[in-house]
Amino acid sequence: MVHFGRWTLAAAWMAIAAHAIAQERPHAFVGARLLPIDGAPIENGTLIVQGGRITAVGPLQAVVVPPEAVVVDAKGQTIMPGLVCSHSHIGAVAGADGSGPIQPEVRALDSIDPRDPGIQKAQAGGITTVNVMPGSGHLLSGQTVYLKLRDGRTVDELAIRNADGSVAGGLKMANGTNPQRDPPFAGTRGKAAALVRAQFHRARDYQQKVAAAAGEPSKLPERNLGLEVLVEVLEGKRVVHHHTHRQDDILTVLRLQQEFGFRCVLHHVSEGWLVAEQIAAAKVPCSVIVIDSPGGKLEAAHLSLSTGDVLDRAGVLVGFHTDDGITDSRLFLRSPALAVRAGMARDRALQAVTIANARMLDLQDRIGTLTVGKDADFVVLSGDPLSVYTQVLQTWVEGQKVFDRADPQDRLMAVGGYGASRDQAMSMCCFGTQGGQ
Amino acid sequence: MTTCGTLFAAVALLLGAAPQEPQPAPAREFAVAGAVVWTMAGEPLTDGVVLVRDGKIAAVGAAATLTIPPGIPVLRAAVVTPGLIDAHATVGLSGLLNVPHDQDQVEKSSPMQPELRALDAFHPRDELVGWLRGLGITSVHTGHGTGALISGQTMLVKTHGRTVEQDVVAPLAMVAVSLADAGRAAGGKAPGTRAKSVAMLREQLQKAREYAAKRQRDAATPVDLGLDVLAKVLAGEVPLLVTAHRAHDLLSALRVAKEFGIRVVLDGAAEAYLVLPEIRAAGVWVLPHPAMARTGGDLANGTMELAKLLGDAQVPFALQSGYEAYVPKTRVVLWEAGVAVGHGLPAAAALRALTIDAARLLQVEARLGSLAVGKDADLALYDGDPFEYTTHCVGTVVDGRHYPTAGR
Repeated sequence: MVHFGRWTLAAAWMAIAAHAIAQERPHAFVGARLLPIDGAPIENGTLIVQGGRITAVGPLQAVVVPPEAVVVDAKGQTIMPGLVCSHSHIGAVAGADGSGPIQPEVRALDSIDPRDPGIQKAQAGGITTVNVMPGSGHLLSGQTVYLKLRDGRTVDELAIRNADGSVAGGLKMANGTNPQRDPPFAGTRGKAAALVRAQFHRARDYQQKVAAAAGEPSKLPERNLGLEVLVEVLEGKRVVHHHTHRQDDILTVLRLQQEFGFRCVLHHVSEGWLVAEQIAAAKVPCSVIVIDSPGGKLEAAHLSLSTGDVLDRAGVLVGFHTDDGITDSRLFLRSPALAVRAGMARDRALQAVTIANARMLDLQDRIGTLTVGKDADFVVLSGDPLSVYTQVLQTWVEGQKVFDRADPQDRLMAVGGYGASRDQAMSMCCFGTQGGQ
Repeated sequence: MTTCGTLFAAVALLLGAAPQEPQPAPAREFAVAGAVVWTMAGEPLTDGVVLVRDGKIAAVGAAATLTIPPGIPVLRAAVVTPGLIDAHATVGLSGLLNVPHDQDQVEKSSPMQPELRALDAFHPRDELVGWLRGLGITSVHTGHGTGALISGQTMLVKTHGRTVEQDVVAPLAMVAVSLADAGRAAGGKAPGTRAKSVAMLREQLQKAREYAAKRQRDAATPVDLGLDVLAKVLAGEVPLLVTAHRAHDLLSALRVAKEFGIRVVLDGAAEAYLVLPEIRAAGVWVLPHPAMARTGGDLANGTMELAKLLGDAQVPFALQSGYEAYVPKTRVVLWEAGVAVGHGLPAAAALRALTIDAARLLQVEARLGSLAVGKDADLALYDGDPFEYTTHCVGTVVDGRHYPTAGR
C-alpha cells in the first residue's frame, strides 16, 4: 500500500487533529433523561464529557456547564452508557481452523476486518464495547479480543489495551454439540472433557517448568504460544468465555473451572434456568442469549425467555449478548426488553447490557456506567431504551461521535438498504464526516 | 385479564399441567371485553365487546350498547385484535429440534415437485405451532419452503394443534417457487444459475399448459400430480408464491407471470424498494421478509423499512415469519411486525397486514381477518400495545376455544 502512504499520513494527522479539537472543548448534553445505571434515572439532567472522559453527571441545577462548553440540547432524549456486548462475531472474525479441536495460540485479533459493515451496524445499535469471539466449533477456538467501536481504520485502533499495553481479550471455549466432530475432534461429551483436562494439565506442567527456571534462559522450556495463553488463564489474567447450552454441559464447565481454578463466564446458557442455584454457588457470571423461539438445535429446545430473570434472582451476575449475526446488533436493546417482558427487573436488565457485561470483561472501572472519570461512551436515544419505538440517535465513544442517525450514510447502516452490507468505503470513515465512497 | 369465568380458570389449570394437550373444551357462549378492540372493520372500539357463540362471532360493539348476557364467562384484556394470520411460514414442517426427521419443508431429490402437499407434511403438535398460538397467532399460511425451484404446496391452517384435517382452512393455498439463491443447486446440478431457474420454470409451465389441454381433450390422459397442480396455477385458481430478493429476480417473476397470465405473490422481496413502480403496475401482493431477517446473501441489501416502503407505495402486502434454518427456528410474525412498526410502518397498517389484508391475500376474508358477525371466533388478547416489546399476549381464542397463554 505504498501509494497510499502520503494519504494515510494525512488522514492520520486529520484524525489526530479532529480528536484534539474534540478534546479541547467540553461537550454538555443538557436536558436529557439520564440513565447512569449506577444510580437512579435523572430527569432533566446534564452530562458533560471532555478529553474522552465523563466529567460531570447530574440534575440540571446541580451541574455547572463551563462557559467554553459546546452545549447540546438533549431535551426529550434519553442518554445511557454505551452498550457492552459480551459475545459477538462482527468484524468478519475467524479463529481456529479444522486441523484440531484446541488452538489457544490463534488470535481473533489477527482476523478482524475493521471495515466490516457489522461494526458500523453495531455502532448504529448503540454498542460501544464488544467482545469479538471466534466460533463455537472447537473445544477451544482461540483468543477473543475486546474492541472499542471507535472509528478506526485498523484493528489496533479498535483494540482495548490492558494496563501493560497488551491487547485485552479472553479465551473462547465450547462444549456440547457444536464442537463434536470426527477425530481429532471429540465425538462425545466425555471425550471433550478429557481433551480439555489433558490440555490444562499440560499448561500446568509448562507453568511449573517456567516457574522452576526462575528466569534462567537455559532452564526455560521451549516457548509454546498456546500454553503461554493457557498459563494466563490459570493465573487469572485471562477469562474463559465458555459457550454452553444444556444444563449438564453447564455443570461440566463448572466442574472443570473448579478443578483448574480458571475465571470463567458462561455464554448462551439456554438451560441455565434449570441449574441457577449451582451457577450462583460457583459465583460464575452468565452472558445470556435471547432468542425469539425455542429450538433450532437440540440443545436449545428448552431455551426460555425467563433465563435472565431466573439467574438474576438466584444471585448470578447476568449479561445479555447479541451473538451477532445470530441476533442483530442494531436491535441489541430488544434483548433486555424481552427479558423484562419475561419478568426481569428493568434496572437489572439495563445493567445486563452495560455494567454487568463490563464486569465480565474486567472493564468495569472504565465503562458501563455514566460515572465521572469513566470513558465518555454513551448512547443518545429518542425515548425509553426498552421500547420498540425508540431509535438510537447517536453513539459516542470516548467523546467522539461514531454514529449519527441524521447522517444519511449512518442511517443506511441503522435501517438497512442498498449497499448497507458492503464493506465500508476506505475514505472518510475516520473523521465523523461520512459520505464519501 | 382481570376476570375470567370459572370454566376458563379450570381449563387454565389443566393446561398448566399438560401443555402438550391443548384441547380446551369449547364454551358455547362467552364474551371478550377489551379497553380497545381492533375489529379491523371500521375504527377501533373503546371499551368494546365481542360475543362468541358456537365458535363464531355473534356480536361486536361498544360495551355501552352491547349487553353481555348474564352469567356467561367474560375474558378481559387491554387490547383485543382478531387472531393474527402469519401470511407465510414453514412452521409445522420445519420442526423445533431441527434434526433431519423433523425437517419436512424441502425435499431435495428433485428441483421441481409441485405435487408435494403441505397437508401430508404438517405436524400440528410441533411445539412451535403452540408457541405461535401463545402469542396470538391463530392461522398460519405454511407449507413447503425455499430450498428448491418448485418445492411444493402451501396451505392455511389454524394453530389449535389437533389434526391437520380438523385444523386446515385451505388445503392448497399456493405453490412455492424460489428464484432466490436458496432455490438453486450446486455442484453442476440444475438449476445452477438464475437464468436456468427461469428457463426450467417456464418449460414446466409450458408442459402444464399442454397437459391441461390434453386432459381436456382426453379424460383418459394419465394424471400427472405435479402438472395437475400447475394447471390450477395456469387456470388462475392458485397463485405461485415466488421467493425472490434481488430486484432482477423480482422482475423475472413478474415477467413469467405476464407470459403465462398467472397470479404470483412475491415472497421475501428484499430489494422490492428498487422496483416499486413495476411491482405496483403488476398489481401483485408482496410478503416482505421478516423485518429482523439476517441481511446476508441475496438479502444483503435488505432493510427493516421494507414494509413501510411497500405501504407508502400502496403495494398490497401481508407480513410473515418466513423460514429459518437455525435459530430462532420460527420467527414470531407479531414481533417482526413490531420491528417494522418501530421502523416507520404505521401500527394500524401493520395490524391490517396481520389480519384482514392477510385474509384477503389468502381469499378467506369472508371467514377470517376481522371481528365481524358470522366470522370465526379467532381473537388475540394483549395487556398493552401488541407491538411493544414488553407487552404480553394474555389469551388466544381459536374457533371459540380459549387458550390461556400464561401471560406469554
